[in-house]
Amino acid sequence: MYRYDQYDQAMVDARVEEFRDQAQRRLEGKLTEDQFKPLRLMNGLYLQLHAYMLRVAVPYGTLSSTQMRALADIAEKYDRGYGHFTTRQNIQYNWIKLEDAADILADLATVEMHAIQTSGNCIRNISSDHFAGAAADEVADPRPYAELLRQWSSFHPEFSYLPRKFKFCVIASETDRAAMRLHDIGIRIVERDGELGAQFYVGGGMGRTPMIAPMIRDFVPLDQLVTYAEACLRVYNRHGRRDNKYKARIKILVHELGAEEYTRQVGEEFAHLLDQGIEPPLAELERIKGYFGDPDLPETGEEIDRSDPDFALWVERNTHPHKVPGHVAAVISLKPVGGIPGDATAEQMRLMADLAERYSHDELRVMHTQNIVLPHVAEADLAAIWKKLAEAGLAAPNLDTVEDIIACPGLDYCSLANARSIPVAQKISERFAATGKTGELGQLKLKISGCINACGHHHAGHIGILGVDRKGVENYQLLLGGSEAEDCSLGKITGPGFDEAGVVDAIETVTDLYLRERTDGERFLDTYRRIGMEPFKEALYG
Amino acid sequence: MIILTGNDLKTGAVVWWTGRAWSLQVDDAVDVGDQADAIARSEEAARHVNVPYAIEAEQTADGVRPAHIKDRVRALGPTVRPDLTLKPADPEAGNWVI
Ligand code: HEM
Ligand code: SF4
Repeated sequence: MYRYDQYDQAMVDARVEEFRDQAQRRLEGKLTEDQFKPLRLMNGLYLQLHAYMLRVAVPYGTLSSTQMRALADIAEKYDRGYGHFTTRQNIQYNWIKLEDAADILADLATVEMHAIQTSGNCIRNISSDHFAGAAADEVADPRPYAELLRQWSSFHPEFSYLPRKFKFCVIASETDRAAMRLHDIGIRIVERDGELGAQFYVGGGMGRTPMIAPMIRDFVPLDQLVTYAEACLRVYNRHGRRDNKYKARIKILVHELGAEEYTRQVGEEFAHLLDQGIEPPLAELERIKGYFGDPDLPETGEEIDRSDPDFALWVERNTHPHKVPGHVAAVISLKPVGGIPGDATAEQMRLMADLAERYSHDELRVMHTQNIVLPHVAEADLAAIWKKLAEAGLAAPNLDTVEDIIACPGLDYCSLANARSIPVAQKISERFAATGKTGELGQLKLKISGCINACGHHHAGHIGILGVDRKGVENYQLLLGGSEAEDCSLGKITGPGFDEAGVVDAIETVTDLYLRERTDGERFLDTYRRIGMEPFKEALYG
Repeated sequence: MIILTGNDLKTGAVVWWTGRAWSLQVDDAVDVGDQADAIARSEEAARHVNVPYAIEAEQTADGVRPAHIKDRVRALGPTVRPDLTLKPADPEAGNWVI
């Protein structure tokens, strides 16, 4: 994984001291909240429902064991013993004291981490495939490209004050495990005639006006990657709607101009920029790639003992093929039945760090589905790993099932929320665990947001739930038919919303209809796409 | 009644104006009537509180109850982690929140 060089470390250290001084001045009253707020947000420090909240960047979701342990230490030393892994492959702490914030950033800096640009109208943490470097189906490890873009975008003066927040995603497989087309810029690394290049998708996003990004360039040579990205950003920076927060995202610009006209303007800017020589030399990309070398994994072909049915189920559901035979990427579920999706205690973080150190070449990944991956695991070690996870309540065998729910913090923590998300997720997982239909339902992605901002990706759920405020009472709208994957689509609202108990019943109504209607091998999403919304409406509202 | 809330500047903790100082307990909140703005401004200037704002609430037999669900969640803590609320030992503590 990427290691800081002396410049990275110096920048992050300097930033900590700068923030320490700013926070001190705020505490002494030399800065008003209006003056301080933009400064703390630039360092990931929000003021949330109960306290200050700190969002820590985890570039492309990759963590070392040392870093994961540091996150555990912070949870214990400065927070309430836990952290929340998020849909941006980051971690958030909910109970931070302003007095401690600079010390936390200093602790993070000792393990090459920070919270810079995790908030604000800048280029945010770049997300990627959580199986990057391990997946059998990738043409390359996408992370060096994400890292190159990270280095280019961090502190880029021209892109620190964009019309709105800006999110990149880089993948390198046909299968999209990172919601690539729902990002402001999604990049897929592709291979053409033996050459690698970047396919650009621009103008996707969820939130108030969800859009799927159209492809605007089929193949950008790698020695023009940063230049093309810069051209995309420049056109947006110039024409993005700064007058209206709700229309400020690049998706609105691309939609209003039309993809063709936007692409034309980017092309013009690109031609101009090519003369400016802003592209870092390819040697820099090669240097970065050097940090992402494949771990040395001996090929093995040993059959594993699956006689314990609980273990066998976990292996079946929670592991993913690895490019080296005899290995898998193993998913640690942070979705125990009735639990809070994405929460992990300090002890759980330490256990995950230990397992990664011992069995996964010291690497972990944060998934956008709020789970954790051990990317490079020998199949022969799975039984030992599973046993330790089970003891710690981390072995729920539910990847991509109806119990593997994404839920944003909602009204339990978030000051923008209209309704709670977490209790709805808890009740749904409890219901399906009790009725025992989880396995029968197969792949079913359920995603819940507590407001229209869509941090819980409800638009992209096979089943989505959106919390709304109906005259001061929590109400839940149901959406069907979304997908964040390569078959990307946006869910449609079924009709009037439900109360908390009603929405749990509604999910069961919908899934029961699917079980009656499905034909062989159809996922919930496939059945919905075949039979359409009407039968579901009929079942829900009569 | 109108009560005043905000976050403690140093810790971020949710606090309520008692007429003399700030308390962690919503039940200590007093009616500030039309004084909300003036108190908020002077308390903010004195750095006793951060981003204070006035809300509607009701004095009930059980205590002061903010009108809006968001402020009730703020008053007690997350509804999904009773152990992290102001009354971790009381299983009934949250009954008025939702
Ligand atoms: C808890 C405090 C949070 C606040 C105040 C917040 C704020 C927002 C806002 C205002 C938007 C809408 C942006 C727009 O469309 O212009 C948004 C969208 C989003 N946020 Fe959050 N969010 C929070 C938590 C989270 C969490 C926990 C995550 C995961 C890191 C997250 C990930 C997202 C995602 C994925 C979107 C959709 C972006 C898109 O595709 O347009 N947010 N958030
Ligand atoms: S979707 Fe809304 S409620 Fe949920 S975290 Fe985002 S801003 Fe908060």
